Amino acid sequence: MPGGNRSYWIGFAVVLALLVAAPLVLPEFWRRFTTEILIWGLLAMSSDILIGYTGMVSFGHSAFFGLGMYGAAAALLTVRPPNLWLALLYGLVAAAVVAAFVAFFSTRLREIYFAITTLVFSQIFYVIIFTWTEVTGGENGLTFRQPALGVPGLFAVPFTPVTLHWFVLAVVTISYLLLRRITRSPFGMVLQSIRENEPRTRAIGYAVERYKMVAVMLSGLFAGLAGVLYAIQNKFAAPDFVFFLISGEVVIFNVLGGMGTLVGPVAGAAFFLLLREGFSRFFTEYYLIPVGIIFILMVIFMPQGLLGVWRRQLNR
Amino acid sequence: MDAFLIQTLNGIVNGMILALVASGLTLIFGIMDVVNFAHGELFMLGAYAGVVWLAITGNFWAALLAAAVTIGGLSAVLQVVALRPLLGRDPLYTILGTFGISLVLQNYALWQFGPVPRKLTEPMTGHFRLFYLEYPYYRLAMALLSAAIIGALWAFLKYGKYGIWIRATTQDRVMAAAMGIPVPVVHTVVFAIGAAMAAASGVLFGPLVGVNHVMGADWTLKAFVVVVVGGMGNLGGSILASIFISLLEAYASLVVSPAQAVIVAFVALILTLLLRPTGLFVPTPK
Amino acid sequence: MLALDDVHTYYGKSHILHGVSIEVRPGEVVGLLGRNGVGKSTTLKTIMGLVRPAQGRVVFENHDVGGMPPYRVARIGIGYVPEDRRIFRLLTVLENLRTGLDRHGLTDARREQLLEKVYTNFPVLRERRNQAGGTLSGGEQQMLAIARAMMLEPKVILLDEPTEGLMPRMVGQIHQIIKVLHAEGVAILLVEQNVPLTLDVSDRVYIMEKGVVRHHAPAAELRANHAVIHQYLGI
Repeated sequence: MPGGNRSYWIGFAVVLALLVAAPLVLPEFWRRFTTEILIWGLLAMSSDILIGYTGMVSFGHSAFFGLGMYGAAAALLTVRPPNLWLALLYGLVAAAVVAAFVAFFSTRLREIYFAITTLVFSQIFYVIIFTWTEVTGGENGLTFRQPALGVPGLFAVPFTPVTLHWFVLAVVTISYLLLRRITRSPFGMVLQSIRENEPRTRAIGYAVERYKMVAVMLSGLFAGLAGVLYAIQNKFAAPDFVFFLISGEVVIFNVLGGMGTLVGPVAGAAFFLLLREGFSRFFTEYYLIPVGIIFILMVIFMPQGLLGVWRRQLNR
Repeated sequence: MDAFLIQTLNGIVNGMILALVASGLTLIFGIMDVVNFAHGELFMLGAYAGVVWLAITGNFWAALLAAAVTIGGLSAVLQVVALRPLLGRDPLYTILGTFGISLVLQNYALWQFGPVPRKLTEPMTGHFRLFYLEYPYYRLAMALLSAAIIGALWAFLKYGKYGIWIRATTQDRVMAAAMGIPVPVVHTVVFAIGAAMAAASGVLFGPLVGVNHVMGADWTLKAFVVVVVGGMGNLGGSILASIFISLLEAYASLVVSPAQAVIVAFVALILTLLLRPTGLFVPTPK
Repeated sequence: MLALDDVHTYYGKSHILHGVSIEVRPGEVVGLLGRNGVGKSTTLKTIMGLVRPAQGRVVFENHDVGGMPPYRVARIGIGYVPEDRRIFRLLTVLENLRTGLDRHGLTDARREQLLEKVYTNFPVLRERRNQAGGTLSGGEQQMLAIARAMMLEPKVILLDEPTEGLMPRMVGQIHQIIKVLHAEGVAILLVEQNVPLTLDVSDRVYIMEKGVVRHHAPAAELRANHAVIHQYLGI
């Protein structure tokens, strides 16, 4: 894989090794926790493409995530036996359709209007999912069986918690490497140029709207992928995940971890989830009060995020 | 037909409350470019403050005033502590800042008041006769009072001494400062006024539903829709848009469930952004 | 009374002022000449607190003004008339004036007096007092901008290219107004492209080039000897 200096790849290898070893050494609860961090991290990464690299704040990621989840649910409930690859396919297609829809309507809009529109879109999907009880299970969501890992016709091995974790890790790692490749490609450079100075990029001759649309589609696809993984791990889909609060949390991961770094948001997700876990031991349901305060303090005093200091290096 | 008329009235009444909420939001956005994600939470805290003050004073109107003042004061402190440091930067950060505030406020309310909704008793019961229909007095009072408050705001901005300072700062904050107007103070005061208006709406609306910690989120979203459809920073436009959207929603809920009727507002937003982005009720597109 | 001492100012990464030192004494009219882009407006903005100096001092009557928020700078006695006038377009003429008149420390009688004085000096503003600022012509807006600054009763007024884009007749009126202000004892720091006007009204003139002061002389000297003007301004 081209690019990046030695210390970066060493760091990468170390983190990867730790994540591979994790399920073998951690107790059940923390193993699940790590897997969840990876999934939310993927979601946050997908959002970083828009917020960090293209400069478009989106509150719509809950829609992509949720539809990936429900798409997978659809595959797992309608096709017997439950097929992993079909779940992935349905989920990604559902997310892609929503992303195309959102992309078409909103890339013409400036910053704050785009943000509000994506928010509104995710709420529209929330209401539809919440109220269309016959199809989506409404408030209660859908439950289904976990598919097995395998190729239909050849073999099928049910997931164990450990192998599921490795599967998720593999998907997330490959996604990360793909996204990294994309952000460092000419396409990615144009996105960053749009973030820095949109009028100038347009003046140079780039079809800014088209680039934005592709960015939204890309972002939506990977967010949907995260949704599929979540569905597979937890075996249920619920409308709560389409509520705009999830989008808000994703943006929080991005900011806490450092926008425009791809790994920053993953760190942000980990940080937030750990804080939440820690605080809920002391404050039970009110953990969001101290977490929220920490978030506000970070926005004021450390806006570049945890990893933002290394933004240059992480993108080289 | 009855239902249609009742819904028209409901639409207008809800529209006035929404107008009160949205005016505060638009005022804040117009002067300091802050999209206040926490606005709905100020509405919610206002309702709770109303419950508390009602218990203390026994008088609904006194509680309304006290709630508006308390929440206004609290918001001034909030603005100075959490928002002032963010004002020079990328607008993303004020969005994030107010989003963070909304999380904290919502959960604070949950912590202080618990998950069980509180009752805010209305100050007047009884219905009056409109043609052959019966309609609650209180709802009429809500609409009238909202209109009065908005009217008072408009008069204050146009004729009041500090109204000039606020309007000047909204148009050109750099030049206002160069004229000796203490812009940071004006920002804080306007934020407090916007918050007080949201709080008042919360108290007025409170008796219609149970007061709980999530009642605000919906209003934030709808207020955003109104501000966009009415034209960013355009006070008159937001009022028209509020009534328009609330009427649409009221009529829609004759056909679908109220939870789904909300989509109507969202569709209005999207259509506006596509067709007439400066706002449906703005006289001339700039 | 007003002094800049080795001031460096940046816009982002651009180093605009490279050590500017300027002085304005009470009641003086000081001209600031130079080509476009040399930093004349930036100098005024630095004084007014609209930009923070990275280095150097700005002192006004013993107050260290560098980095003071603009509204305080206005209150201690510096008035500002910016390059594009920037009147409040949606406020009426009277309301524009009131942004300066409404400050604390004035009696109503004094306010009336100030207003009358401005109306006498600028009769067209009296006529248009209830019209929105945006409906005024360019020249009228310039007069409003100056009148507005005068409402603060400043000790020094910063004028940024007041005759830019104006017809000759209006230029003459502005010329007159500057003389009236001078007669009242208000100090003026005048940034201009109009050399003859500047030389006529000023006591002293600074000439800037690329962010520094290159030449400094009494106006009389420059009126007599145009060579320096040709050298720096090419006219």
